[in-house]
Amino acid sequence: MRHLLSTADLPREVATALLDTAEALKQSLLGREVRKLPTLRGRTVVTLFYEQSTRTRASFEIAGKWMSADVVNISAGDSSVTKGESLRDTAFTLAAMGADCVVIRHPASGAAHRLADWVSTHVVNAGDGSHQHPTQALLDAATLRDRLGTLNGRTVTIVGDVLHSRVARSNIDLLITLGAHVHLVAPPTLLPWGVENWGIREARGWPVTVGHDLDAALPGTDAVMMLRVQAERMRGQFFPSAREYSINYGLTEARLALLPEHAVVLHPGPMLRGMEIAHSVADSPRAAITEQVRNGVHVRMAVLYHLLAAQEGQA
Amino acid sequence: MTRPLLLRGIRPYGVGDPVDLLVRDGVIAELGAQLDGTGAERFDGGGLVALPGLVDLHAHLREPGREDAETIATGSAAAALGGYTAVFAMANTDPVADTAVVVEHVYRRGRDVGLVDVHPVGAVTAGLRGERLAELGAMAASAAAVRMFSDDGLCVHDSLLMRRALEYVRGLGGVIAQHAEDPRLTAGAQAHEGEVAARLGLAGWPAAAEESIVARDCLLARDAAASLHVCHVSTAGTVEVLRWAKERGIRVSAEVTPHHLLLTDERLAGYDPVNKVNPPLRTAADTAALRAALADGIVDCVATDHAPHAGQDKDCEWSAARPGMLGLQTALSVVLATMVRPGLLDWRGVARVMSERPARIGGATGQGRPIAVGEPATLILVDPDASWTVRGAQLASLADNTPFEGMELPGRVLVTMLRGAITAEDGKVLC
Repeated sequence: MRHLLSTADLPREVATALLDTAEALKQSLLGREVRKLPTLRGRTVVTLFYEQSTRTRASFEIAGKWMSADVVNISAGDSSVTKGESLRDTAFTLAAMGADCVVIRHPASGAAHRLADWVSTHVVNAGDGSHQHPTQALLDAATLRDRLGTLNGRTVTIVGDVLHSRVARSNIDLLITLGAHVHLVAPPTLLPWGVENWGIREARGWPVTVGHDLDAALPGTDAVMMLRVQAERMRGQFFPSAREYSINYGLTEARLALLPEHAVVLHPGPMLRGMEIAHSVADSPRAAITEQVRNGVHVRMAVLYHLLAAQEGQA
Repeated sequence: MTRPLLLRGIRPYGVGDPVDLLVRDGVIAELGAQLDGTGAERFDGGGLVALPGLVDLHAHLREPGREDAETIATGSAAAALGGYTAVFAMANTDPVADTAVVVEHVYRRGRDVGLVDVHPVGAVTAGLRGERLAELGAMAASAAAVRMFSDDGLCVHDSLLMRRALEYVRGLGGVIAQHAEDPRLTAGAQAHEGEVAARLGLAGWPAAAEESIVARDCLLARDAAASLHVCHVSTAGTVEVLRWAKERGIRVSAEVTPHHLLLTDERLAGYDPVNKVNPPLRTAADTAALRAALADGIVDCVATDHAPHAGQDKDCEWSAARPGMLGLQTALSVVLATMVRPGLLDWRGVARVMSERPARIGGATGQGRPIAVGEPATLILVDPDASWTVRGAQLASLADNTPFEGMELPGRVLVTMLRGAITAEDGKVLC
């Protein structure tokens, strides 16, 4: 693996290998007082963030540090980006300084692809516009494997703003690769154009099912993934009001009761409690939200390991 | 005057046996088999196809304002090499071509360069702001004699303003060329709204944003008895609207770009902004509909929308990149590949869609004329059997943003002649 740009082009065996490595790393660190592996000593990982982020960036930094990499953090607010430097020039600069891996978050879809075109360092996509956020999908898959044993044949319902969500896109691609069935629930305004038809004809699209009724979907669901509703969508006439959205698509206690006993609740965070997810639901044992965050570190360790330490020929 | 020139063994419109054509004083003096031509300079045509010089209704020459991307001189060179003898230069320069002063400047620069007739297009609204009409009459009355007006790059989206523009320009004997794009439907749009954009996370540019404006404008043109020209038609739905309007006698004409005939949004997968253009590359169903419409005349002509951009405006992330592609030097070859080779159009058809119709629509008298005795010697010679590989860096434009990079395309322009003067020969610009 040279880069991790998208889950769409991640073969099943590579995805599985990443998840297995994450699990092995988790086990090897379990109960350790000093959580430091020497694996990436002497390697430099740069996180290059053009958007605000707390958890993803901290997660990558911790992942790198636990494997003894030198981690340098750059964010758009305090860098030459604010002086008008292009992404391309920033990329050349970081490559010239000897960065082994650049972890990039950028508001433009495809920014990570462009970066990988320009420089020879390894590139990890930590979120590009509304395109992809592959490590989020991997950590979600790791969490679902922990809870459900396997994803093969399971039904995952993704609820909310699929149209603008990189979390949704990377999850749809990875979940399908891992053998799950994906069901999307959202008002039609928040679904990609024509997505209803993609599963029923020869298309490049996703073989997913689509509905607008959350109550109807929940009893047949093994996991429900709630997407964050962004404030600007509320102003953009995608739905009449936050209240109406919450009534129709919020995960309330009553809806939690519709889920099968074993079903898992996921949320990529940051959550809008009371909006897309009720306070009590977010804190219930069915919710795996803190497990997602914990798995995030191990998954990102696995990604850095496979990019920087694994030998050629390995995944 | 210069020496007469005898073109030997050429095939006008690619039909019949080779004939000789004698050019004297910028005019086709004789046409026939085995002309004498004593005293004339001789050019052995060897069966090359002769067409009237190509006319492009839609080019961005970037001067004044972005001379780092293209100038009237480099754009004229690209045009001559591509077989063009007249080019309409869009108004979205800096300053905007919305006054007689600016259009006369562009016109004079074009004349000084002398490779092609440069016809400035006047802006419809002052500063392209879509708020009030520019001084259309002054531009029409200027030395540039502007007959085509367009806010291209932006849509004249205010219905009342568009109505007034159509009515007013009717009095000038001109035409409004509309960039059909409802801006409310395309806010933030990055790519054709469809499966590819959805997967790539690029905000969609819906076909309805074009089709709804074309439908509205056709109705406005009907009621104003005015002439409407639709720029860069890109969707199958627009073709249906145009068919409806033409069947009812509405005075609407339309152009399609070479890139919308050949390329689809499948090319967006790698996020290379060389494929970013407005309107966006659409689907294979759209390219098929556009080819058929060009063949049957629902779409009148091919126009390049030649849009050079400096390297830094393309070598960046997708959403930061400017939309547009080079087109002047590749247009004929793309039309050969998409229309002639598949049998949708013969050479007479090429002359119609790339020369005669656009000259008529733009009011470029003296262009798009028949290859006949007494007509201006404004014509090109094309080797239909040659092919070439497109290299952006080798094109005459200052910019190199061609989406056809590395493609092998059929047909080569060997001679471009403007009123008897050879402007380009064998890949080199003359004069």
